[in-house]
Amino acid sequence: MSGKLEHTYTLILENKDIMKNRTFIYSKLTTIFTLAIIITTISCERDLSNEAEFATFPADGSVFLDAFSSGLNYFPFVDAGADPFAFTVVSDDVFSGSGAMRFDVPSFGNGFVGATFNTTSNRDLSGFDALTFYAKASQSASINSIGFGISGDTENKYIVELNGLEIDTNWDKYTIPIPDASKLFNETGLFWLAEGASFAEDEGGYVLWFDEIKFEKLGTVSQPRPKIFNGESLSEQSFTGSSITITGLTQTFNLGSGDNQTVAIAPSYFDFSSSDIEVARVSERGEISIIGDGTAEITATLGGVLAEGSLSITSSGGLESAPTPTFSQANVKSIFSDAYVNDTESNFTPGFGGSTTETSTPTSNGDSFLSYTNNNFTGILFENTIDASGLTFLHVDVYVQEAGINVGLQIRDIGANQVIETDTNTGFPIADDKDFRFDLTDLTAGQWTSFEIPLAGDIASQKNNLGALIITGGPNFILDNIYFYTP
Amino acid sequence: MDIKHIYTKTMKSIILKGIVIILFGFLSSCATDDTQIVARFTELVMADEFDTEGAPNSAIWGYDIGTGDNGWGNNELQYYTDRSENVTVQNGVLIITAKEEAFNGASYTSARLLTKGKFEQTYGRFEARMRLPYGKGLWPAFWLLGDDSNGTEVWPQIGEIDIMEYVGDEPTIMFGTVHGPGYSGGESIGKPYQLENDRFDTGFHVFGVEWGPNYINYYVDDVLYNQITPDDVPGEWVFNRGPFYIILNLAVGGALPGSPNEETVFPQTLLVDYVRVYKNSNN
Repeated sequence: MSGKLEHTYTLILENKDIMKNRTFIYSKLTTIFTLAIIITTISCERDLSNEAEFATFPADGSVFLDAFSSGLNYFPFVDAGADPFAFTVVSDDVFSGSGAMRFDVPSFGNGFVGATFNTTSNRDLSGFDALTFYAKASQSASINSIGFGISGDTENKYIVELNGLEIDTNWDKYTIPIPDASKLFNETGLFWLAEGASFAEDEGGYVLWFDEIKFEKLGTVSQPRPKIFNGESLSEQSFTGSSITITGLTQTFNLGSGDNQTVAIAPSYFDFSSSDIEVARVSERGEISIIGDGTAEITATLGGVLAEGSLSITSSGGLESAPTPTFSQANVKSIFSDAYVNDTESNFTPGFGGSTTETSTPTSNGDSFLSYTNNNFTGILFENTIDASGLTFLHVDVYVQEAGINVGLQIRDIGANQVIETDTNTGFPIADDKDFRFDLTDLTAGQWTSFEIPLAGDIASQKNNLGALIITGGPNFILDNIYFYTP
Repeated sequence: MDIKHIYTKTMKSIILKGIVIILFGFLSSCATDDTQIVARFTELVMADEFDTEGAPNSAIWGYDIGTGDNGWGNNELQYYTDRSENVTVQNGVLIITAKEEAFNGASYTSARLLTKGKFEQTYGRFEARMRLPYGKGLWPAFWLLGDDSNGTEVWPQIGEIDIMEYVGDEPTIMFGTVHGPGYSGGESIGKPYQLENDRFDTGFHVFGVEWGPNYINYYVDDVLYNQITPDDVPGEWVFNRGPFYIILNLAVGGALPGSPNEETVFPQTLLVDYVRVYKNSNN
């Protein structure tokens, strides 16, 4: 820190000299020019740019060595249910020096450990390549989330999150790589974590210690392999006015140990691009806006490295809204509709084995839709079962962009045991499950078709534990206004 | 005369480098200093700078093709070819590429170059400037093997000097080893060398030995990290006889590195900027 200040001081002095002496200005400029040339020709990795030389913020990488570093404060995630008293600074069990951080992770149902450590003394972290620390636990544990880059001022623009970090009962050093340090010249969020028992059998009621938390230039964090959409090459149909969020953003580095370390990272680390900006444009935050018809390929780079994964968007122009439902909320138990309050939340991407389906929820003119691409079979899993004893129909609106598309729908009652049970050979329900199957046919390209499906067949007499809709066929279609009702 | 000439050149380069370091040393810490102050043999005998695009110079390099016996004695998984996909010279660099592909019953292809019958020498300074691959299961090597006197002698009696070996899941560590009668395979004699704050797969490094009567000195860049003498080996010293030839290869799998895993990225490349051989001009 003092070195950096000295350097800045020298530069100021030099500037004064330049003011006084013309000849000196000339020679100075030459030197600076030579500097620039040498940098570009001999450097074999990204060096600090000329501007970064004049960075305002100290290149102080320390977070917690034996005590809070300069300007550091503790901000527990109290609103989210974190226990603010779970954190203490201790001197009885440290890796080195006189102090360490201790977190008492509560048992299941008693909150969690969650906090960010931010500094009021903004840091220039662009010269480092990793956040490192020593940690141990009173029992083997997996930390749900740990990282850096939480900042209220920037809406976590450069957040980094490592999931499932395994900690054992010995002090060991851990490394969280920086995806692209050149972005981090003005940072406040130096360290954060969230860990708790997510279910009854999950580990809880134990102690975590951290020591020597700091940003470092290890020199061995290398072989970057960024990904968007988890490295998959996706395609999706869309329409003007809708937007799609780029998901599955990660950066993977090979560490000096030879281990690969993958972190989930904020979109702002990437440079996104669209192959046709008259069709789709991408914001710095990874939001794709569809603005015209045609096709566009969305790709990304991170620090000059092409990210694995892409999205090919086919836009057919504007999408009109589906007919507005007319029943009152009292007559309806809704799964997916902007017109009604949901009766239950649902999982729209169950990830069935063998499924090729890509599902997204684009919006157009403030209306949300369920868009299915390349479907063979997927489903909508209700988080809580729906008791449809007093209801008689399922409503769904379907939109297709080409003729000849048929979609199969299976309404599944999962029975009193609340478990989906299916014969894996035939796909039919077994044990206490029942279903009713209905084909959505005679769909006209370029318009919405509404279906009123009776709760008939095997579920006519068993519809008090509706747990899922299974969706087959297509492969490309859009759904909206999925709700059970009685007229 | 030769000595003087080289001395002048070295002085020049030291002065030039000194200036660069004084002016810009604080900005550029990554340039590798190629001046081998740890090596004393200065009379250049053979050099391949890999400046001609295409196949490597056939006057210097031949190939081992196929899978050898039992994966070249190590259960290696690759099939060696001389195809341009596996070995080529581009932009002043020899590129040996290990690919994951089904080929003649193997799951990987790669290349192994050797100077047997083309360039062989007793004693000398053998060095190469290389950038290594990374990932579990990758096993590059730059090594010397003793001439087998038309098949009358067999390994390990012929002697083996491994100038550089490395496994891709330990990207900061290389090792130099000798094999001979009574100290071969798992009982070979050698030493690892680990880079501080750097790794072998992100930049070029110089790997070399200086080999004379009753000694072999091992160095990486400007660090002399080991010397092996007859006192260090538990068997016959077989390095004071006959000429040795050079082998450059990139193996996949086998007993030493283990098999690649699902995280190993293919293709992987071994880049060689140059191979140079010197002899001691004093004797």
